Amino acid sequence: MSVKERDPLTGHQTTGHEWNGITELNTRVPRAVWFFVIVTHVWALVVWFLMPTWPLITTYTKGLLGTDQREEVEEDIAVANAVRSDWASRIAELAVEGIRADPALMARVNDTAHALFGDNCAGCHGSDAAGGPGFPSLIDDAWLWGGEADTIMETLRVGINATHPDTRYAQMLAFGEQGILPREDIRIVVDYVQSLSGTEAPADRLAAGAEIFVNNCASCHGENGTGMTDLGAPNLTDDFWIYGGDDEAMFETIWGGRQGWMPAWEDRLTVADRKILTIYLQDIARETAQ
Amino acid sequence: MMSNLTGAERGTAMIITGAGVLVGLAMAAVGHGDPMGTHGWIVLAFSALLFFFVGDKVYDPEPAEDRAASYYDDPTKVGIVIALAWAVVGMGMGVWVASQLAWPDLRFDAAWSSFGRIRPVHTSGVIFGFGGNALIATSFHIMQRTSRARMPDQVTPWFVLLGFNLFCIVAASGYLMGVTQSKEYAEPEWYADLWLVVVWVAYFVLYIRTLARRNEPHIYVANWYYLAFILVVAVLHIVNNLAVPASLTGAKSYSAFAGVQDAMTQWWYGHNAVAFFLTSGFLGMLYYFLPKRAKRPIYSYRLSILSFWGIVFFYIWAGSHHLHYTALPHWVQTLGMTFSVMLLVPSWASAGNALMTLNGAWHKVRDDATLRFMMVAAVFYGLSTFEGSFMAIRPVNGLSHYTDWTVGHVHAGAMGWVALISFGSIYALAPVLWRRETMYSWKAVEWHFWLALAGTVIYVFAMWNSGITQGLMWRTYTESGTLAYSFTDTLVAMHPYYIARAFGGLLFLIGACIGAWNVAMTIRRMPSETPELDYPTSSESREPAVPAAE
Repeated sequence: MSVKERDPLTGHQTTGHEWNGITELNTRVPRAVWFFVIVTHVWALVVWFLMPTWPLITTYTKGLLGTDQREEVEEDIAVANAVRSDWASRIAELAVEGIRADPALMARVNDTAHALFGDNCAGCHGSDAAGGPGFPSLIDDAWLWGGEADTIMETLRVGINATHPDTRYAQMLAFGEQGILPREDIRIVVDYVQSLSGTEAPADRLAAGAEIFVNNCASCHGENGTGMTDLGAPNLTDDFWIYGGDDEAMFETIWGGRQGWMPAWEDRLTVADRKILTIYLQDIARETAQ
Repeated sequence: MMSNLTGAERGTAMIITGAGVLVGLAMAAVGHGDPMGTHGWIVLAFSALLFFFVGDKVYDPEPAEDRAASYYDDPTKVGIVIALAWAVVGMGMGVWVASQLAWPDLRFDAAWSSFGRIRPVHTSGVIFGFGGNALIATSFHIMQRTSRARMPDQVTPWFVLLGFNLFCIVAASGYLMGVTQSKEYAEPEWYADLWLVVVWVAYFVLYIRTLARRNEPHIYVANWYYLAFILVVAVLHIVNNLAVPASLTGAKSYSAFAGVQDAMTQWWYGHNAVAFFLTSGFLGMLYYFLPKRAKRPIYSYRLSILSFWGIVFFYIWAGSHHLHYTALPHWVQTLGMTFSVMLLVPSWASAGNALMTLNGAWHKVRDDATLRFMMVAAVFYGLSTFEGSFMAIRPVNGLSHYTDWTVGHVHAGAMGWVALISFGSIYALAPVLWRRETMYSWKAVEWHFWLALAGTVIYVFAMWNSGITQGLMWRTYTESGTLAYSFTDTLVAMHPYYIARAFGGLLFLIGACIGAWNVAMTIRRMPSETPELDYPTSSESREPAVPAAE
């Protein structure tokens, strides 16, 4: 049943078939289609000659240009390193004071530090470096382990409670869980510690709290509660709290203890990178303090 | 509906569903304590429900109707309704996932609602749930009409449709429990994959058997595309999912492939899932419903041949363009790139063939939103295939890869092409299937069209902006030769686009909900109509017009 009809609109013949009312015209493939078929195939043919393309039994056609993506990557990395090598090696060699004295090097530091911090530190400390619950702020003037360039460099190198053999180690005991202090004593010492940063509390509780503090806390946090950077024990008299300064959070801290963790960066960042971060951290802390 | 089955067919259905109950029970028993056990209960409940549904009608009288005098449309009807339900679920999940990216707190801190688990529910829900059911349902309709033959039996189409949906349910519930083999668009684990093989082979055999019974001398183009879809998806699915279960009592399995071979197999699968699931099958839909609705002959049969063979030949080579600049050998990347570019012309030939078919019917495109759905779908098909070939060029891919540009590209295809052609086809098909004069509300179709188009355009533009911004920020260096932006900086830059994307998706979802409502109202409220010639006979007269029993 093949009755060819002519479509009045286009003047083309149908193929003579019909499926549930659908017919097809036998229109020739437009020239433009053949043209672009040829263009794309010729382009592909050219690329096949130029680039590695067809597999052979044990190798492949290498292409006239002799390109290889592995070599290209190595070249790219070499070029990228060459751009950085002059100033990066100087930063690695010089002490922080020396770098600060050199405006050209400081320009490199300022160029680089933001992305370096964003990709490596911001995940925990926040992109504004203001920290968050469990993660210290880096823009106040309080340094857990000290804010001098060498100390920051060391903290970055070995981390805190990390897997590095020289890692800085700090742990606050779980005074409640381990039965060192009864519940009520913890509540009293919470009031006392809060009073160190200026809150009000009844005088008798403060006296009792002071005694508990001296016997249990002062060995790390100091008699005045101002902390000890050698031990990584935070200052309790400022108004910044890593784990929160309200009654509930502080009770939780003293009851269950705390042990923060920061990875060691020695194997992940170069000396120059760590030095750049050190300078950056000192600068942002100083800027906010002003 | 079950009373259309013969007594013997009801018996077969009870045996199959009864076996399903036993398999479910066995899975629940041996998989106790593993997600596989939960899946066992799901299989059990699904099969038991169908078992009782059939059993309830098992002693009804035999169907009186002369079955040879009508097409078998019951599975098509159910398939269309299920497709719309999946559309609402899948797109709803999409809006949620998109919103999580803009407002991460919308995760609500539960494991099942984390991004990594609900994203595959969105992708599988839309691709397989909505797209797959729409393809199966329309293929049942088209294979019979273009063959002028009824399907050979009445159990296989139900087995295919419901079996496929069981696979979808097991897949989606598995994702929420954390079951995945970590292959994009092939996440379901080994037992779900095995089940899909059974269903898919039954589908292929059903299609071939129907074609073998045809009363037309030639096989219409739409059937070429549907067959390519079914055959190649079977091959892709089986190869990419080759795996060894860690044990027969748990969901975990290990892929047969490792390293770069695994990546290449996965993207050979992934790209051809796009080619043969999301392109070939829906081209079959386009080739039937567009000329039918426009009442115009296909512009060129010869162009159909060129584009069909071009698409099936070139697509299968192109998968490696997903792995540019990776450990994949350079020569494989060159092949993928060049074949992707050669693929462009046949792809555009299909889109052009569709649009040229509308010559002489453009006034209908203006007046009829259903036809407009199909026209715009063809335009988006052309747009996204051009974009795809362009992005497959290595240096372009260097900018676009791993960015939102890819996400935008996929959604130009999925929303603009796949969903629009499906909705257009459903609006054309529903009145025919349920013997209604028209859809319940043509205004609702218009609303759906404009919401869907606006949603797609907003989505795609947001992702183009976001993706190119992201790609450029990643490769911006300072004068010192170091990166200018951290990764977090790019996220901050993308945030407004994420909000726009969620909004675009929401518009699209609202459109889909309107569509589902409109189809429901068409079924429930519109008066019945005697169909035009819609039964398998060569007679031109209306005799013997025996409409299928409702």
